[in-house]
Amino acid sequence: MRSALSKLEVVRPRRLTEALSEMAEAASRERPTPIAGGTDLFVYLNAGELGATRYLDLLGLRELRGIQVRRDAVVLGALTTFHEIRTHPAIVRRLPSLAAAAAEVGALQIQHRATIAGNVANASPAGDSLPVLLAHDAVVHVRSVRGERAIPFERLYTGYRTLATDPDELITAISIPTPPSGAFAFFRKVGTRRAQSISKVVFAGLLASDKRHRSVLVRFAYGSVAPTPVRARNAEQALIGEPPSAAAAARAQQALARDIAPIDDIRSERDYRMTVAGNVLDQFLRAADPRFMRGS
Amino acid sequence: MTGRVDLKLVVNGRARRVLVPPMKRLLDVLRQDLGLTGTKEGCGEGECGACTVLLDGVSVNSCLVPAFQADGQKVVTVEGLAVRSKLSRLQQAFVEMGAAQCGICTPGILVSARELLARSSGRVPSEAEVREALAGNLCRCTGYQKIVDAVRAAAAAGRRTSKPRRAGRGARTASAARRVASGARRTASAARLAPARRAGARSRRRA
Repeated sequence: MRSALSKLEVVRPRRLTEALSEMAEAASRERPTPIAGGTDLFVYLNAGELGATRYLDLLGLRELRGIQVRRDAVVLGALTTFHEIRTHPAIVRRLPSLAAAAAEVGALQIQHRATIAGNVANASPAGDSLPVLLAHDAVVHVRSVRGERAIPFERLYTGYRTLATDPDELITAISIPTPPSGAFAFFRKVGTRRAQSISKVVFAGLLASDKRHRSVLVRFAYGSVAPTPVRARNAEQALIGEPPSAAAAARAQQALARDIAPIDDIRSERDYRMTVAGNVLDQFLRAADPRFMRGS
Repeated sequence: MTGRVDLKLVVNGRARRVLVPPMKRLLDVLRQDLGLTGTKEGCGEGECGACTVLLDGVSVNSCLVPAFQADGQKVVTVEGLAVRSKLSRLQQAFVEMGAAQCGICTPGILVSARELLARSSGRVPSEAEVREALAGNLCRCTGYQKIVDAVRAAAAAGRRTSKPRRAGRGARTASAARRVASGARRTASAARLAPARRAGARSRRRA
């Protein structure tokens, strides 16, 4: 099957506009499959699971590189690697849960090559960075020859490994709004080992309170517990406007069962995932404010 | 870009040029086209790290890198670690301390460790740092402890002012600290006693 690699064609555009015309519809040729760091794509290729014969190299496109730190958001070029994310001082400071997630993607060899947009486009429900993007209300910027648009990350996945993007669109950047000051961000990946694992449950949380300690911004985002990364909205709702208490935490725990739908698969089982999803929520709330534990 | 690409690489300090299909794996280019079989294939899916090489100074899984993306870059493989066919301090420490057993993971581990030592610039990395740096390299023989000890011993042996007593700092147990300190001494003395290499081999490597 690997000998088939010798028959594959690669298109190497020098500018984004060239890349976009390659992605545009053309009856005469196969639409190319984009490749950046290749850390997911080559796994499929090596296993003989990809039928595509034309590939579009994105690594050479400078327009897709770079990290911009603005007052209101951090904008990651599509080609930003996880190693760049975990070592960027402003990201470590302002988006600690994203830096934490980046540090747990594969191991160094993967982090040096794997890109944030690749993780998003691969659309695995277990993608490590995805719950963080969901918890932070990230926006995905896409472009085609027809123009550009911004898709809220929350609306990006329409089903298992299905994106709301059109086939001719490329992800150009991902912007992540700066959380309100004082917000508490949290990331936890549970797998069989610390590095090189695919998660059984992956979680990102964000919590901010007003002056009277009532929770005003509550985000619980999970991966590996549904066909797509999901927000646990019922559980979030149980805390909105409430002061931190063990009773509120217990209501969130109960509501969580209505938010997630884990399955049995090669990595874990439904029951285990349900339990762990509750445990990481507990861990998050306890770390955010000890009063969530009072009386328990 | 179909058919073959004219790939220019600097492999272990030497300029190389090969004509290969663009999507051929860097791993296969190294092994098949350049005859550098030190780099191994384990899983072929980026899990095991046996195929680790440095690409422009950073570790990558060469089974996941298409040849065309390595064009114009510097590659370091395990064959590039020895200095004029004399084992590097890192390699010597692996020999001294029993850090290599079956040997399949060893080339990748040496390359990842080399990256860590370069980054640590003379400091002896803690056990935790070594373990994180090698987290992408699986070994089914050693249980990792001897590998971690050897990497730290190599760093300690490389420090000119290295005091064996201090070499063990950052170890998780006192016995690990003692192993690293004695391994550093043995590595340093083995490096001094290593026989001069044959002239023929030198000219081949330098070519």
